[in-house]
Amino acid sequence: MLDRKDIDNLANLARIALSEEEKTKLQKDMESILGYVSELQKAPTPTDSEAERQKPEGYYLKNVMREDGDSFEPGLNTETILSQAPKRKDNFFVTKKILGDSIS
Amino acid sequence: MKLDSEFLKKLSIKSAHAGLVKGDFTAVELAEAYLVEIEKKNPELNAYLEVFADVKEQAEGVDKKIAEARKAGQEGLLDILIGLPMAIKDNILIKGRQCSSASKMLEDYVSTYDATVIEKLKERGVVFLGRTNMDEFAMGGSTENSAFGVTKNPHDLTRVSGGSSGGSASAVGGNLCLVALGSDTGGSIRQPSAFCGTVGLKPTYGTVSRYGVMAMASSLDQIGPIAKTVEDAEIIYDAIRGWDKYDATSYGLPKISKTENNPSTSSGQEKGIRIGVPESFLNQGGIDEVVLKNFRETLQKLEKAGCEVKTIEMPNLHYSLASYYITVFSEVSANMARFDGVRYGASVEGQNLLADYMKTRGEKLGREVRRRIMLGTYVLSAGYYDAYYNKAAQVRELIRRDYAKAFENVDVVATPVAPSPAFEIGKNTSDPLQMYLEDIFTVPINMAGVPGMSVPTGFTSPSATAPNGLPLALQIVAPWRRDDILFELGKIIELCQM
Repeated sequence: MLDRKDIDNLANLARIALSEEEKTKLQKDMESILGYVSELQKAPTPTDSEAERQKPEGYYLKNVMREDGDSFEPGLNTETILSQAPKRKDNFFVTKKILGDSIS
Repeated sequence: MKLDSEFLKKLSIKSAHAGLVKGDFTAVELAEAYLVEIEKKNPELNAYLEVFADVKEQAEGVDKKIAEARKAGQEGLLDILIGLPMAIKDNILIKGRQCSSASKMLEDYVSTYDATVIEKLKERGVVFLGRTNMDEFAMGGSTENSAFGVTKNPHDLTRVSGGSSGGSASAVGGNLCLVALGSDTGGSIRQPSAFCGTVGLKPTYGTVSRYGVMAMASSLDQIGPIAKTVEDAEIIYDAIRGWDKYDATSYGLPKISKTENNPSTSSGQEKGIRIGVPESFLNQGGIDEVVLKNFRETLQKLEKAGCEVKTIEMPNLHYSLASYYITVFSEVSANMARFDGVRYGASVEGQNLLADYMKTRGEKLGREVRRRIMLGTYVLSAGYYDAYYNKAAQVRELIRRDYAKAFENVDVVATPVAPSPAFEIGKNTSDPLQMYLEDIFTVPINMAGVPGMSVPTGFTSPSATAPNGLPLALQIVAPWRRDDILFELGKIIELCQM
């Protein structure tokens, strides 16, 4: 169901560096977990879900909007936010450059 | 007055409050009594990841307020929560304090703001004892996924405390705090409560603001109390609930009055609470005999107490676990994307920016977190999205309707909390699927958004490692926004145990 290339591909998409040993274990674990959750394919499909969700008791699926009010004063939270940055320079987060080098 | 272990064991919020108001003991004495217990038991239990250095100062501030009130003759008006020693799960932010979600990723993270629930409790004068251990980012059911070691069960040190809020449940069950906060995505308050002999409430989705709690699966996460009694849990629930502009899923409607909207629900003697048992679902759970026996006995006691017990059909419940985990994997992979090693948290250097991301996440996120992100990435990928995520969302609607239909005929749905009492440390660690199956009875409640509570219902027979036996519990589930029924029935269950 899942081959090693799939695992490599998923790890890249998820931005997680994995050891070869973990990939082997993960392939096995994921197969058994996906095998289990696939039983869902046997479940019936509700046909009227949209109509049902509009009822008031279908409370948990409605959009909650608010007015886009006044914005913060610039700089108000900058120091707080940057206080937890691994690396900072003045009022910026520091990262490596992304232009000029191949990143993949 | 001697504030020893025996005293703390019997202490409730109301009796603690009465003692403080009368001057039987001070807030400092009460807090220090807990610190003594923590010093004695925490090295073994590992319930707390950190005991705050300023507990005494917090309590001194409270004593000052109590003295002022007494001077003005107003000690009767003191807040019921003032001076209350409380523990907080390590995924709830308290400004200026470390908060790690039991992850290496946030080992040195310091909260930059207060969670809404913390703000509410601070206003009420609660004393925060420390932050409690958990499965990393709340992913797990045993605290074995903590980056900082397992939390042991206060009733049997060879067994897990449950999870993910295992530290909070162990701290309450072991009398290392009076009450605690946990979070519950698929049973993370109720299951550790069942394992540690405490009361654990997962309120109706939307009742309590999650602002300032680290997100795991946002459509399921909810904060709730872990306490020794139903009454204590209710007091804390009342203190933390309410609408919050920072959590769009929260709402602030007043409690629905029993008589107005749900005349069928008992309001005392005339008609007993109607309890529904989804029998065919129970048969699929692989339940331990001792759990099933206790479950039946508890229902018999409730019948004697005037409740009506009947069998109900909830045909889609057995799809809950599969649809729950697909939903969780999906939301986890999205929520965990925030950890990039750039903005906050740990950072590991690589050759380039991509390698920075890969290494930071590969080295600082734990094994279960990495596994769930991988699974989420898979089920959300283009070819599989409909078969997994969409199907799970549809089945979720079926589960919700099963509850809606059940509540046309009963006031409460009852099941065990977990298939077995607390299991041995290490039993499920090599088989993640087996660990997931432990959640079978707790996840449907989160999928439907209804409130659920774990209430202690006795103990197993004593053994060499558990001299008083292992705790057993009943899970009771009420309709949306009817958390009040859980308190009503929960108190009856407590009376039945006496």
